[in-house]
Amino acid sequence: MDCMVTGGNVKVLAKAVHSLSRIGEEMYLEPQEDGLTLRTVNSSRSAYACFLFSPLFFQKYAPCRNPVFRCKMTVKSVQAVFRSLSSLEKTVERCHIELNREKCRLTFTLHCKHGLLKTHNLSFQDSESLQAVFDTDSCANVLRAQPRLLVDTVLHFPPSLEEVSVSVSAERVWFRSHVEEGADQSRAMLTELCLSAQEFEHFAVSHPTHITFCLKEMRGLLMFAEASGLPVSLYFDEPGRPVVLSLTDSVLEVSFVLATLSEESPPLNHSNSSAERKPNPPPPDDFLNDDIDSYLIAMETSELAGGSDCPPPPPPPPPCDPGVSRHRPREGEEEEGEQEEEEEEGEETETGRPPNKKFRSLLFGSVLPTSSQAANQTLRNQEVLASDSEEEEEEEEDPASP
Amino acid sequence: MPLSTQSEAGDDQYILVASLDNVRNLSNILKAITLNDHALFNATPNGLKVTVEDSKCLQANAFIQADIFQEFTIREDSVGFLVNLTVLLDCLTIFGGSTVPGVTTALRMCYNGYGYPLTLFLEEGGVVTVCKINTQEPEEPIDFDFCSTNVTNKVILQSESLREAFSELDMTSEVLQITMSPSQPYFRLSTFGNSGNAHYDYPKDSDMMELFQCTKTQTNRYKMSLLKPSTKALALSSKVSVRTDNRGFLSLQYLVRNDDGQICFVEYYCCPDEEVEVE
Repeated sequence: MDCMVTGGNVKVLAKAVHSLSRIGEEMYLEPQEDGLTLRTVNSSRSAYACFLFSPLFFQKYAPCRNPVFRCKMTVKSVQAVFRSLSSLEKTVERCHIELNREKCRLTFTLHCKHGLLKTHNLSFQDSESLQAVFDTDSCANVLRAQPRLLVDTVLHFPPSLEEVSVSVSAERVWFRSHVEEGADQSRAMLTELCLSAQEFEHFAVSHPTHITFCLKEMRGLLMFAEASGLPVSLYFDEPGRPVVLSLTDSVLEVSFVLATLSEESPPLNHSNSSAERKPNPPPPDDFLNDDIDSYLIAMETSELAGGSDCPPPPPPPPPCDPGVSRHRPREGEEEEGEQEEEEEEGEETETGRPPNKKFRSLLFGSVLPTSSQAANQTLRNQEVLASDSEEEEEEEEDPASP
Repeated sequence: MPLSTQSEAGDDQYILVASLDNVRNLSNILKAITLNDHALFNATPNGLKVTVEDSKCLQANAFIQADIFQEFTIREDSVGFLVNLTVLLDCLTIFGGSTVPGVTTALRMCYNGYGYPLTLFLEEGGVVTVCKINTQEPEEPIDFDFCSTNVTNKVILQSESLREAFSELDMTSEVLQITMSPSQPYFRLSTFGNSGNAHYDYPKDSDMMELFQCTKTQTNRYKMSLLKPSTKALALSSKVSVRTDNRGFLSLQYLVRNDDGQICFVEYYCCPDEEVEVE
């Protein structure tokens, strides 16, 4: 891979990296024929973000062919390349991104004013493709607005607020601070804003609904949207199904997929866990352990990624899926890479706290445990969703995996 | 000088009296060398030199020339004492170190000789504070034996360009490697952190490079933890001179302009971390 970004586009790239850093700890980089993608997913797998920079975004763009290259690295390391956004604008003239396969280094070279050259050689890991599955076409509700409108709306919510609820009717949309049930109602400040449909560039609500999602990730997207001035589209359906925020430009496509709280309705696609789920109060950890097999990320492996030039996906189970190996240690040897990856996933989740909410994951509509402790156990017990009946048996036998 | 009448009577007995209209001219530069509590003051008729050391590997010196002071009286050839720098800085900024233009704290600093405390009179807006800080036995500072005749490589840079690099340095790297060479890469700062390595290259013909005198390729590593405090001096300075001698010792000299446009110097000496083979 060999590409060159010049002028103001360097800042766009930098802003994208900063936006991603608000969501996940790792950045997945994939140079494809149709452009360079940068993706991330948060540790609890409830938020996913993808930036696609088309070849025209670059002064020069040469993705690597044969074999197709994908990698992941900590987003912090890439952020370090573009640390100061303000000085970046003033000093950086162009940015060169190059892959050195022999040294296993991805090199970012910033050519700055006064001849100063900054070279960052980042180490990376090979990775599978990361892709959330979502379909904006099937969403019942679509809103599109200038970023300013949403930025100004979000501005009114306190920084400590974790989630925001959005309700839509045929003419209006309400943004409300979401307060957990069981939280001290007397201490909570509730903020509510109502926007009329006329404020939006596009307002199509065919199914009035009420969804709740994390504000932090949305702020990450808005930060980027505001800088780029691109209108933000929101696609969403019923509670529990992901909300998709996207920006589109001739050289750029951005999608953020955020899980929404499934409070009212039971999950649709994946129901074996929901049967025993009590509808309302946040259950204790022990209870959640029964539920954990359904905690899985909406992460597809290779097959979706860009089609033709990708190698055929490995047979199921998907190698990117961290749940596969540990659960059935007796069934034979795993690949080393898989093992490693799994361990990392474990560490990640220990450090990053999953939200204390019952978010359905992006793909399967499953439920998250409440504490980080539960998350650890979850990882040990994670199960492939495809398998069905034996799953329940194992769940019984295997409460705290041997 | 509101203070002068007040302490006139006792001036005879002091062996050192130094007055400043604006205490920030002293406190800022002392902050730039705050490595630890022990600051060695050495006053001569030329001015004041304050030395702080760390780990026997790093020495920071601040030079404040006599003419920076509105009054600088010294009755001996050399006066030396050790004070707690943190306490001294707390006293110097006792009025809050206001940065409002026009509001300044005036200082009169007096020392009575061996065994006596350092006495500070600070005045702002008609309020006077008197501070007495106990002094300690002066220690001999480490002689880094850094002579200009042994200097192999020297560059002078505008601080601005180095500030940017230092603010972005990968702090997960244990060392900062400095390469100076008469050929490519001329002047290079490198870090080796958790996520990879980074190099900052300054070409010799850059606008930021005021002087480039490198005679031999030298690559030396210095502990990041030792060099990190020097960024405080870098932040204040307008120019920096980077020199290495034949043993790989590093000298960083910062030219600092104070609020009144006068020039002071801060100097750091640092031992190299280990031998590095030249690639």
